Amino acid sequence: MFSFRRLDSVTLRWPREARPSKGARGPSFEARRKGGEHLRMTLWVWLGLMASTSIAIAAELGHFGYGKSASPAEIAGWDIDVRGDDGAGLPAGKGSVNQGAEVYADQCAVCHGAFGEGEGRFPKLVGGIGTLKHDRPELTVGSYWPFAPTLWDYINRAMPMPAPHTLSADDVYALTAYILHLNDIVSSDFVADRDSLPKVKMPNRDSFVWIDPRPDTMAKPCMTACAEPNDVKIMSTAEGRNLTPRTTGPLDTMQPK
Amino acid sequence: MRSEFWRDTPVVSKLARPRNPLLGRRSFLGLSAALTGGLALGAKPGRTETPIASPPADAPWSQSIGPGVVDRPYGRPADTEAGVIRRNVPWLTAGTESSISFSPLQDLHGIITPNGLFFERYHAGRPGVDPDRHRLMIHGLVERPLLLTMKDIVRFPSVSRIHFIECPANGGMEWRAAQLNSLQFNHGMIGCAEWTGVKLSTLLEEVGVKKQARWVMVEGADGAHMNRSLPLDKCLDDCLVVYAQNGEALRPEQGYPLRLVVPGWEGNVSIKWLRRIKLGDRPWYSREETSKYTDLMPDGTSRGFTWLIDAKSVITFPCPEKPLGGPGLYEIRGLAWSGNGKVTQVDVSADGGVNWQRAQLHDPVLSKALTRFTLPWRWDGKPALLESRVIDETGYVQPTITQLRKQRGSNSVYHNNSIQTWQVKPDGSVFDVQLS
Repeated sequence: MFSFRRLDSVTLRWPREARPSKGARGPSFEARRKGGEHLRMTLWVWLGLMASTSIAIAAELGHFGYGKSASPAEIAGWDIDVRGDDGAGLPAGKGSVNQGAEVYADQCAVCHGAFGEGEGRFPKLVGGIGTLKHDRPELTVGSYWPFAPTLWDYINRAMPMPAPHTLSADDVYALTAYILHLNDIVSSDFVADRDSLPKVKMPNRDSFVWIDPRPDTMAKPCMTACAEPNDVKIMSTAEGRNLTPRTTGPLDTMQPK
Repeated sequence: MRSEFWRDTPVVSKLARPRNPLLGRRSFLGLSAALTGGLALGAKPGRTETPIASPPADAPWSQSIGPGVVDRPYGRPADTEAGVIRRNVPWLTAGTESSISFSPLQDLHGIITPNGLFFERYHAGRPGVDPDRHRLMIHGLVERPLLLTMKDIVRFPSVSRIHFIECPANGGMEWRAAQLNSLQFNHGMIGCAEWTGVKLSTLLEEVGVKKQARWVMVEGADGAHMNRSLPLDKCLDDCLVVYAQNGEALRPEQGYPLRLVVPGWEGNVSIKWLRRIKLGDRPWYSREETSKYTDLMPDGTSRGFTWLIDAKSVITFPCPEKPLGGPGLYEIRGLAWSGNGKVTQVDVSADGGVNWQRAQLHDPVLSKALTRFTLPWRWDGKPALLESRVIDETGYVQPTITQLRKQRGSNSVYHNNSIQTWQVKPDGSVFDVQLS
């Protein structure tokens, strides 16, 4: 069976404005995968009619040919994702807890606090283990995140906030090791790399349900006398709570006036 | 007809007061006709108008010449509408770069959100993307990895669809109790627009999805490189890769030059500044779908991949920002929507959910889009508890906050689609409350 790439390079060398477009509904890729014979025949018809630049023939092919193939080098530059549960995509490199402490002090402590306690409203990275059933649970890397490789992935793609995706792989490994250690999940001699990180068992790993159980309420569309009027009571009100910014005039900074 | 005119008590008092003050959706036409007649016979002009502009005097703008065409080559709202803006809650987030703003629903009409008022959600601020240098890469488990320029993308067959996008944290501050006395801040993380672009299925057919592919990772070009996993089935069903919103190029706030639109699902999966689509056999469990956008239950477990926006509705008039001006006839107005398809019914209660009356739905009623509803209401000046309740085409009925808490406790942050109660006080002021 012809691959689309070869077909493209052999035949589609028309001026761009003359290149074919396709009808709204071409064959599905499933159908095309099974349709090698059909495709070969289509190609002969195509070659026979090339001079007429028939739009109908292009529609048969189910292929527009716009853009260019992404090269391995181009893909490598952007292919940054690391899969959380098994670490697929983790690059070469490594980093220790001690190295991480240095990078952390330079790059992270200003927002996340010297020991991951969080400055102001910036996220806490540490603590809260065992609080998830509490009235005020504390959700941190240690108490909530299910997968250690996700931490590597997030630091790498999004941190530090003013200059995201600028740290070396080694530095990201070191930071990951340090933050895991701050949460007492790994020992002080832990070295993070593509082999060790997926083996780290996060405390909350098994507490996630990945299939949505909704709808989980079964309200009935009652129309009259749906409740005892005397039972309808106001349990809470936003009145007088002083949490609401104003909704007229200029933006409200909510600084003391 | 504007609602202020109905406050004209001499006219309204002539009308028979029905037993049930919620007047029913078919009774309003007759009332409007009666009102129009009354006004024509000599109702006084609105109190707020400057006398010099009212009849018999001619207004200053009627006796002068205004600026010419292209005085404002790109138009903007009237100066007197300057307060109709997106707003934020400063105490909610550490800064504005990873934060959210709220759309002023109290001042909007219809189902389409103006582009400049569509709510914003950033994870690393608003990137300034150069469309000439922007690329969309599609790779992973595909036959033919592809790199597309914006010019390439615009050449593909185009579609336009009207859909809402709602952040699942909309109403998230109200899980424990009524906190924010505002329609804008309790419900403004939603917008609805006509999106134009190419079907994601078209692009996936172009690259040839390999047999073992089941999941799709989508990633933005912002500093957060924001990424989420989506099941392949949804991507082939109705997802769009769009470059236009309400007839013009996307605004930078909404992902210029390219974003994903995942109809009916929580807003954060509609990745903005879309730069990469990767196919795989399993989900990625990114930070945004493990530590965020998961729902913590009272037993300590968490729900992940809760993408769907369940049916929800809210009364947009009256509301805390738009109180009532005195007893009389009003049109209750609101919006309803469902991530599961079309809205089929909206009911309104003025007594905190004891009795309900069916509201009128207004065309167009579109799948996974905002839908307008109205119901005439004669307010007698007594305390009232206004609520709306939507039913969608799957038969799902919007729950109360009590019903939701019974299932999910109050720490789940996301997906609060409960019935909103507005308390109307005798002076016409309106407050956000929660009922037993």
